[in-house]
Parts: sequence; structure tokens; C-alpha cells
Amino acid sequence: MSSGLYSTKEKNFSKELDLTRLKPYGDTMNDGKVQLSFTLPVADDERAIEAARQLGAKMGLSDVQVSHHEALDKNFSFFVVYGNLTHTVDITSIKVATIDSTIMDMHGVDEFIKENIGRKLVVVGASTGTDAHTVGIDAIMNMKGYAGHYGLERYQMIEAYNLGSQVTNEDFVKKAVELKADVLLVSQTVTQKDVHVTNMVELVELLEAANLRNKVILVAGGPRITNDLAKELGYDAGFGPGKYAEHVASFFVDEFIKRKMK
Amino acid sequence: MKSKLNLNFAVVDKARQYAREIAADTQKFIEKHTSVTIERTVARLLGIDGVDTQGVPLPNILVDNIRNNNGLSLGLSAYVGNAMIQTGKTPQQVAEAVANGELDITRLKMADMFEIRARIEEIARQTVERIRNNRRQREEYLGRYGDKKGPYLYVIVATGNIYEDIIQAHAAANQGADIIAVIRTTGQSLLDFVPFGATTEGFGGTFATQENFRLMRAALDEVSEKQGRYIRLCNYCSGLCMPEIAAMGALERLDVMLNDALYGILFRDINMQRTLVDQYFSRIINGFAGVIINTGEDNYLTTADAVEEAHTVLASQFINEQFALISGIPEEQMGLGHAFEINPDLKNGFVYELAQAQMAREIFPKAPLKYMPPTKFKNGNIFRGHVQDALFNMVTVLTNQKLHLLGMLTEAIHTPLMSDRALSIENARYIFNTMADLGDELEFKKDGIITTRANQVLNEACNMLENIRRDGLFKTLEQGKFAGVKRPFTGGKGLDGVVEKQSGYFNPFVDMMLKGGNK
Repeated sequence: MSSGLYSTKEKNFSKELDLTRLKPYGDTMNDGKVQLSFTLPVADDERAIEAARQLGAKMGLSDVQVSHHEALDKNFSFFVVYGNLTHTVDITSIKVATIDSTIMDMHGVDEFIKENIGRKLVVVGASTGTDAHTVGIDAIMNMKGYAGHYGLERYQMIEAYNLGSQVTNEDFVKKAVELKADVLLVSQTVTQKDVHVTNMVELVELLEAANLRNKVILVAGGPRITNDLAKELGYDAGFGPGKYAEHVASFFVDEFIKRKMK
Repeated sequence: MKSKLNLNFAVVDKARQYAREIAADTQKFIEKHTSVTIERTVARLLGIDGVDTQGVPLPNILVDNIRNNNGLSLGLSAYVGNAMIQTGKTPQQVAEAVANGELDITRLKMADMFEIRARIEEIARQTVERIRNNRRQREEYLGRYGDKKGPYLYVIVATGNIYEDIIQAHAAANQGADIIAVIRTTGQSLLDFVPFGATTEGFGGTFATQENFRLMRAALDEVSEKQGRYIRLCNYCSGLCMPEIAAMGALERLDVMLNDALYGILFRDINMQRTLVDQYFSRIINGFAGVIINTGEDNYLTTADAVEEAHTVLASQFINEQFALISGIPEEQMGLGHAFEINPDLKNGFVYELAQAQMAREIFPKAPLKYMPPTKFKNGNIFRGHVQDALFNMVTVLTNQKLHLLGMLTEAIHTPLMSDRALSIENARYIFNTMADLGDELEFKKDGIITTRANQVLNEACNMLENIRRDGLFKTLEQGKFAGVKRPFTGGKGLDGVVEKQSGYFNPFVDMMLKGGNK
């Protein structure tokens, strides 16, 4: 397996960096060195090694070296492969859609609160009305979070209260007052006959009647919630599928500052 | 064992005494209550299994029938026993008749309680015998092949498909794994029923079902016999169905089960009354079945800081130890949990890890401690990740941890690939072998960083336990003293499934298992 390891073979390729023909760098400009490892569902033998080498070649590697192979089980074998990538990309022609740069991760949010607010924010969430689904509010709030995105309970600078499901709007408002909530999160999963709309509007009315609407940041979430719908109903924001705790948190800390809340 | 840490064992004794009082105080509450899942567990242990045409498990149908008629405070045993007498049916036939709408077991004339008990106990004895036989079979395997000295290499499979899990487990066992854990699908802990049958779809894990347990057990037995060493199977009895899953594990000879008195409360927002009531029966079953429980203190450190909050781990281990003892679990079956989660950037972080691990070892000398790998500071750099895991492996071999969950270099990227697991096993075996007796060679400097750190954590834990004893466990949880999570006494999931027992309540398995558990 050592062929090429200390190759004295003349490297007959340009050593100049060409951004229109970018390729990986090992120890020489444009050598294209990549390392990869994978498992094949076959026994570890000479044919398997050749198969691994050929797969490397099909991935666009030249001088493919299988530097390591071993059996993982009777019919599974593991390979470490090196090769020189023949493909290039033109980095000068790449346009990247700028992602909303205000999304911070958990630590970013904690730091932001520490620096700009200086106290813990109180966030109270619930699945309100008759809705028995907690999956949405749990994904955003629970310690464990969802799909590797930690929930608000894990944030150092957030005091999170997850009231669970089937919380009436009256109880929700009562709890918000009691806990001195800065942010209210409302989860709505069931949307048959637009029951969520009625329910969401009722909460806004209750908050207004209690003269609380301007004292809290009000956020809605759920599979059929969009930002537009939420705003139309009198909320500050709405989050649909694919949004996690950090999206929600980044929004409300920002909003907190914008509204000069204390 | 001579203390390398110069630990103050008077403080250890004091802390343990506080924990004993905390558990005893909570136990008074526990024993007055039962829950829907406890009664469903009784149904399962009486042989009731299967689902109706809608896929609803028969134990749920039966318990709902009783609960809807306000009968649960008497316990399911009374109604099933009575129905057996009145109808001549077996428990399974009773459940089927209820599911078909042919029978409402709360409306039958009540037979004499003495007679009811006799009928139920006859069935219960058969189940208890089956579980005892499973225990004997494990002991027979271990007698034949011997048990592994040193840490058990513990790996997880998490494909979502039990048949794919078996392929992965098979490979892991061939690579040298000693314990295979099948991770559950996201959200199972919040289901108030246990799904039925073999399953092939899950998210981030595979449903815990009795059939999945059976399939995996059979596959591992086959590898065990081929390799001449016993491979242990692990699953999770946590969440809203703690005791039911413990029962399924006992029936299918699982060897290790995650089971924590506080985890569900803190990390799943399950109501504290429900969790504490449920953990008691689940632990009685685990204790009797010879299952090693794994407690979840390691999770505290994925949330709170591993240096600042180290004492909360120790305090919780003391509490878990006492709850386990009440449930008949001997120290040898207590896989008390902790973790290697100190920030890699912290100067002397490894030295603190070593101190904390050695401390746990000395305070719980007989417990097969469960030591969890770094996860919180894994960042997708697999090369650094492999080094972190190597350091973690060193702590285990130097301090004799027992249930050693292998770290994966690809943590934070994906559930382990077959090759990730193989690399981890290779890493651990290399370190365990090359440093096999290094721990015996080492003594720690008097008043050095390590001994000072261990004593400091111990003192803080002892103070914390003193406060918990003063305030009570429920209040402490409300105040957010563990993992920084606050939980209200009446908040969280599953509270409506807790029922106060009335006089005449009986659950035949509690006595049978508590008396017969430890030979």
C-alpha cells in the first residue's frame, strides 16, 4: 500500500493557485488530496479492496490508495482511502444566498442576553385551547430539544416554563402574570376548521383586555403557522416547520432590544 | 479498598443518611399511590398482551375500562381476578372480551376478596417463575462462559428498524461489544402506551416493544453462543411507561435498563408524582429480574456545567441508590450514572474528570458505575472527537468504571455508522490493554488537585442533601436544584394517571418480587 507514499515522481501539474479551478490541498498546491473512509457490505478480501479502489476512481480520484482495510463483520469491511481529486470548482462564480445572519445558537443567545439584557428572560409556553399536542412546544422548550437543537430549558439565560397542552387562554394569561413572563409561546397543532385562528385571536384579546399585550413578546408556532398569519392575528412572529429553539430565541431577544423592553 | 483520595468517609456516611431519609420520606407518598402504567404492568404480568383492531394495546383498554368507572384505586388485579371467577375466562380472554365490548369488568358482582387474591396469585406465580427462569438462564450463561473482568464495552444501535438493528448489533458484538443498547425512537417516552409487535420505522431510534426485545435477545444469544461470552442487552425503561417496559424487559431477559428516579421529571417534563410512583414498581421488577439499572445523572452535565454542578450528580446518585435499595435492587445492580463532560478548553479538565470518577468509584464500591462519554463538546471535528474519547477511555481504565458507553468520533453528526462503532471499540480496547494496571500503580498526591477536588464535591453534595432532606424532594425539584430545571408538583405530563389507592388495593407482584428477588 505504500506506492506513492514517498513518490519522487515529478508532479507535472501547475503549482499556481487558480481560483477558477479550485481543488483540495494536501501538501502541494493542486495535488487534490482527499481522505475518505467507508464500509462495504462484503467480506474483507482482495476483491473488496479492488472494489473500494474502483469506487474511489468513480468518485473522481486518481492514484487511489486503499491505506487501510479491516473486517467489521463477516460480510462488512471498512476502508480508509486516499486519492487525488480530479474535479475542480470555480469559486469565483459561486453565489451564496446570505442566510439571515441574526440567527444565533444557544450560546450566542445566552451571551447576547448577558451582554444586552443582563437578566434572565422568562419564557412561558403552552399548547393552548383544546389542543392536546405537545410535540411542537416540547421541541422548542424541552431540555433535550429536537433533532439535536436544544430546547429553551437548556438555555442558561432563559427561565423557561412549559405548561404543556390543553391550557386555556385564561390560565395561560394568569400564569404569564404570575411568572412575570417576557415572552409567550403558543403552539397550535390542530388546525381543523381553523380552530387555531379563533383560539389565537382570543388570546390576543385577553392580553389586550388585561393591558398586557405590549408588555410581552407574543410568538406562535405550529405546522400550519406562518409568520404572515401570526402577524395578521396580532402576534409578533410565527414559526412553521423546520424552525428550532434558536430561531425562536434569536427572534425574541432581538425584539426585546428593539422594543426597548427592560 | 484503600482510598486514594483520602475521602472523608464520615461525610460519605452523613450524605448517605440524608439520602436515606429523603427516600423514606418520599416513599410514604409513593406507597399510597398507583398509576395507569403500573396497572397496565400488572395486566401484562398476568399475561395480557396484544392490541385491538384499532391497534390499542389490550392492557390500555382494560385499564381505561376500570378507570372510566372510577375503579382503579382498587387495582386491576381485583377486577381481573373477579372477572376470572365470574366468567371462567383467562386474563387474556377477559381483556379480549372487554376490547370487543362484550364485558365491563367493573359491573360484575364482586366475589370474595380472598378468593380473588388466590386466583390472581396463582397466575402471578407463573409469571414470577418465568422471570426467575430468565434470571437463572443469564446466570447459567455467565457460569458457563464467565463474566468479563474490567469495563463492559457498551454501544448503541439506533437505526429505527429492528432488523437493521440486529445486523448492526451482530457486527458490534463481533467487534467486541459487551452490551448492546437499542436506542428508542424520539418521543416514545411521552407515549402513555407501549407499541406492539416488530417495528421497522422510528426516528433516531427503534420503538421499544416486547417483540423487538425478543428478536434482539434471540440474535444476541446466538452471537453469545458462537463467541462463548455473554452479550448483554440494554433498553430504556423511562418515560410514561416505566414499569411496563421493565416488565417486558424482565420477560424477555434484558440485562441492563435505563431507569432513573428523576430523569423523566427533569428532562421529559413528566409529572414528579407520576415518575416517583412509577419508578418504584419498575425497580422492583428490575431488581427481581437481575437487571442492572442505569441511572441518568450524566444528563445533568449535558445541561449544567460539569465542574460547577458535579455535586448534583453525586447527590442524585445517593438518592437513586436509596430508592433502588427500597425497591430491592442490590448495589451490584446499580449502574449509577456520571459522565466525562468537562469543557476540553478548561485547564486540568482531565485531572478533574479523574478526580470525580475516582470519587464515584470509592463512594459506591460495589456499584457497576455507568460512565458516559463526552457529547456536549463534540463539534463535528471527528479527529478531535477521537482524542476526547481516548481521554475518556483512560479515565475508565484508571478508575474501574464498569458500564462504559463508548464515545463516537461522529457524535453530533449522525447516529453511529457501523465503522464508527468499530473505531470506538478499537480505541477502548487499545487503551484498556495498554493501561490495564496503570490505575493500581497510581497514588494521588496528598492535598493535590485531585484529592482536594473530590473532597470538595463530596462536601457540596452532602450540603445539598442536607437541604433536600429539610425541604423534601418534591420542593427541591420545584426549586430547580437538579440540572437547573424547575418542575411544579402538579405540572408536567401524566399526573392524571396517578390514583390514590383505597383499602383493599392489591398488586400481587410487589410482595412476591420483593421477597424473592435477592435469593
